[in-house]
Amino acid sequence: MKEPIVSHIFENGLALLAEPLDSLASAAFSVLLPAGAAGDPADRSGLASFVCEMTVRGCGSRDSRQLVRDLENLGVERGEGVSASHASYSGATLAKNLIPALEIYADILQRPHFPEQELEPVRQVLLQELRAIDDEPSQKAMLELRRHVYGEPWGRPSCGDADHLEAVTQEDVRSWFDTRYRPNGTIIGVAGRVDWPRLKDAVGRLFGQWQPAKYPAPASDRPLARLRHIDQESNQTQVAIGYESVPYRHPDYFQASGAVGVLSGGMSARLFSEVREKRGLCYSVYASYHTLKDRGSVLCYAGASADRAQETLDVTLGELTRLAEGIRPEELARLKARVKSNLIMQQESSSARSSAIARDWHHLGRARTRDEMSSLVDALSCESINHYLAEHPPRDFTIVTLGPQALETPVGIS
Amino acid sequence: MEFREHKLANGLTIIAECNPDVHSAALGFFVQAGARDEWDEVSGVSHFLEHMAFKGSPTRTSEDLNREFDEIGANYNAFTSEEHTVYYGSVLPEYQSRATLLLGDLLRPALRNEDFDTEKLVIVEEIRMYEDQPPFGADDKVKAAFFGKHPLGRSVLGTIASIQNLPVGAMRDYFERRYSPTNITLAAAGRIDFDALVRDADQIAGAWRPVPSERRLSPAEGHTGRHCLHKASATMEYVLQLGVGPSATDERRFAAKVLSTVLGDDSGSRLYWEMVDNGLAEQVSLHHYEYQGAGLFMTYMTSEPDLAQENLERVAKIFADAEAKGITTEELAQAKSKINSRVVLGSERPRGRLFTVGSNWMHRNVYRSVDDDLRALDAVTLDDVREVLHAFPLSRVAVMAIGPLEEFNA
Repeated sequence: MKEPIVSHIFENGLALLAEPLDSLASAAFSVLLPAGAAGDPADRSGLASFVCEMTVRGCGSRDSRQLVRDLENLGVERGEGVSASHASYSGATLAKNLIPALEIYADILQRPHFPEQELEPVRQVLLQELRAIDDEPSQKAMLELRRHVYGEPWGRPSCGDADHLEAVTQEDVRSWFDTRYRPNGTIIGVAGRVDWPRLKDAVGRLFGQWQPAKYPAPASDRPLARLRHIDQESNQTQVAIGYESVPYRHPDYFQASGAVGVLSGGMSARLFSEVREKRGLCYSVYASYHTLKDRGSVLCYAGASADRAQETLDVTLGELTRLAEGIRPEELARLKARVKSNLIMQQESSSARSSAIARDWHHLGRARTRDEMSSLVDALSCESINHYLAEHPPRDFTIVTLGPQALETPVGIS
Repeated sequence: MEFREHKLANGLTIIAECNPDVHSAALGFFVQAGARDEWDEVSGVSHFLEHMAFKGSPTRTSEDLNREFDEIGANYNAFTSEEHTVYYGSVLPEYQSRATLLLGDLLRPALRNEDFDTEKLVIVEEIRMYEDQPPFGADDKVKAAFFGKHPLGRSVLGTIASIQNLPVGAMRDYFERRYSPTNITLAAAGRIDFDALVRDADQIAGAWRPVPSERRLSPAEGHTGRHCLHKASATMEYVLQLGVGPSATDERRFAAKVLSTVLGDDSGSRLYWEMVDNGLAEQVSLHHYEYQGAGLFMTYMTSEPDLAQENLERVAKIFADAEAKGITTEELAQAKSKINSRVVLGSERPRGRLFTVGSNWMHRNVYRSVDDDLRALDAVTLDDVREVLHAFPLSRVAVMAIGPLEEFNA
C-alpha cells in the first residue's frame, strides 16, 4: 500500500515531507525556516520580516523583476510571511511546474543578492504596512492581545517597530540571513500530485549543499501586563480576551482544542449563539486556538458598539468561565462532525495539506495522517474534555480593549 | 465531469457540475435579489433578509437551523451583493440531501417580529464595523457617485437609518416579490447525486408559488468627478477610482481580466512595480467587476497621505501609457499563465466551482466548463486588449479619496 505521507531528512538536517493527492492537478509547497520574529534582536524588531522581504528581490541568476516574472510564468501563487517562530514561503501551481518552482526557491533561500538599492524600498514597504495596521482595529487588537498573552519575545508581532525598521542596515540583513537561513530545522512540506522519488532527488540536488549552523538561543521570556486599553476614536470597541492552553504537542491537545470548538466554530457554538444570536451584541465574535511549540493559548475576539461593549465583554467572559462546567454530548457530536468533514475536505486543497504537514512536523517531529487525525477525533469523549476543563478552567484572562473608552474588568482576573 | 440541468414546474432551475473524483459536494441557492432591486425606503433589505433567513422558518427555530447544519459538519454561509443573495454550503456527499433541505428551508423564513428586532441590532453592528475599517464606507460612496441614480449605485448594507426605520412588513413584501421560484437557481458542484438533488429540491421548493417578478436593466453611464472625504482619525489615505468596463455578457470581459492583471494585479503588474515594490504605496490594484448590463474597472490605492496625490498621478500616467501603447506580447503571456493557474487552483475545490458555475448561470444563463474559460482566456489577443482600452478608457473615472487629507486635487 502506498504510504499516505512520506518523509526524508537530508544530511544537513533539512526535512522534506510529502503527501501525494492524485486526484488533484496542482502541487503546493510550504517551507518553514526557524527565522521568526521571536529572534529579532532587541533593537531590531521587524528584522525577520525585513530579511524575508529582501530574499525575494533578486537571487541566483535573477534580478528582482526576473524572479517575479519567472515565478508568474510558472503560474506560482505565492506568499511569504513571518510568525514568531518561522519565516515561511509557500506556493501552489500546476503539478508539472512544481520542481521548476522549487529550483527558484533554492536560490531565494540560499543565494539572495540583498542588493543595496533594495534596502530603502523594502524599508518603505514595511513602514507602510506597519502604519496601515493603525486603520485595522480588529487586527490591531488581536496583535496586541497576542503580545500580552505570550509576552516577550514570543508575542512579538512580526511587523516590527518603526524606529527599529528605520535603523536596519545591510549588515543586519546579511548577518540575520547567515545565522538563520539554514537547513537544520527547516521543513519543506509538499502536497498534491507529486512523484516522490523525483521530488526527493530534486530537493537533494537543490538543497543538499546548504550548510547547517548552530542557531543562537532565543531571548529569555518577559511577561507583559494582563490588562491593556488602547484609546481610539471609533464606533465600535474591540474586545480581545486570551487565556493559557496546552501546546499542540501536548497529550491533551485534542481536549483543549475540542473545548474551543464548542465555544466557537459553527453557528450553533456557544459564543455565536449567546453573544450574537440571542443578544444581538455583535456582528463578529469568535475564539480560536493558537499554539507555539511549548505553549498554547485561546484567543477570543468581539467587536461591539462602544455603548454595548461592556455587556459584550461580560457575556463573553461569562461564557468562557462557564466552559469549566463542562460540555454536553450533543455539542461534542457536532464538533466531531465538523472536524471530520474539514479533514476530508482538506484533501481537495494541496495548499492546505502542505502547510498542515509542515506545521505538524515542526510541533511533533512527524506528520499525522488524515486517518490518524480522524481516529484521534473519534476517541474524544465528553468525559475526557470535561476532565481537561476541570483541571484547566479558563481563567487568568488577558484582556485588551481598543476604543473610545476603557471597560471595567471583573475583580480577580488581573 | 458532467453538466446536468432541470427545471421544476414552478420555474425553479436546478443545475449541477457533477464530478465523481472529488470528496465533497457544494450546493447553493442563488436568488436574484440584491441592492439593485431596492429603493430608498428599503435600502439594505436584501442583505437584512439574508440575515433573517438564518433566524428560522415556520418549522425550525434559528437554534434548530444552526444545530442541524453543524450536525452534518457543513461549511455554510450566505452573502448578498448588488445583484444576488446566495445561500451555500459544502458537505460530505452523504449529507447532500440533508444540506439541500436545510438550505431550502432558509429560503422560506418565518420573519418573526422579535427576531427582526434583534437582528436589526446585529446589522447595525455590521455597518458600524465597516465604518471603522478601510475604506470607511468610501466604497459605497464612490459607487453612488459613479452610478448616480442607476440601481447599481445602491449600497448593499444600507444605512443605519434605513435599517432602523425598516418595517417588518416592507421586508415581507420584498420577500414575496423577489423570492419567487422563477428568480431562484439551485446550483451544485462536486460529488453530486443529481437525481437526488432534483427530488429534494422538488420536495422542499416544489410548492413555492411563482409570482411575476422582474428586474429592470436600464443602461448605466458612469459619472466622472473627484470627491474627497476628510477622516481625521484615519492613518492612511485610501483612494478608489471607478471607470466603465465590459458587462457580464460582453465577450470583451476576458480581455478585461487580462488587462487588469497586466496593469494592476497584486504582484508583478505595472502598478506593482511602479508603486508597491518601492514602498510608495501600501497597495494598489486594478480589478474588473461584471454585472448584468454593466461592468466596472476599480482601482484601489492605499498610501501615506502625503504621497497619495503623486501616487494617483502615477496611476493616471500608467493608464494613459497603456491607452496609447497597449500591452506587450510578454505581458500578455505572463498574465495568461497567471490567470490560467489561478483558474485551475480555484477550481479544485467544489466550493470554488459552485460560485463560478452559479454566477455564470445567473449572469449569462449558460454553463461554462473550466476548459471553456481557459480557452476563452487563451484566445485573447493584443488587439482584444487594445479594443478594451479604447472602448473603456481607464482615464474616465470617478475618484473618491478618504483619509487625513482635507483636499485632493489632480
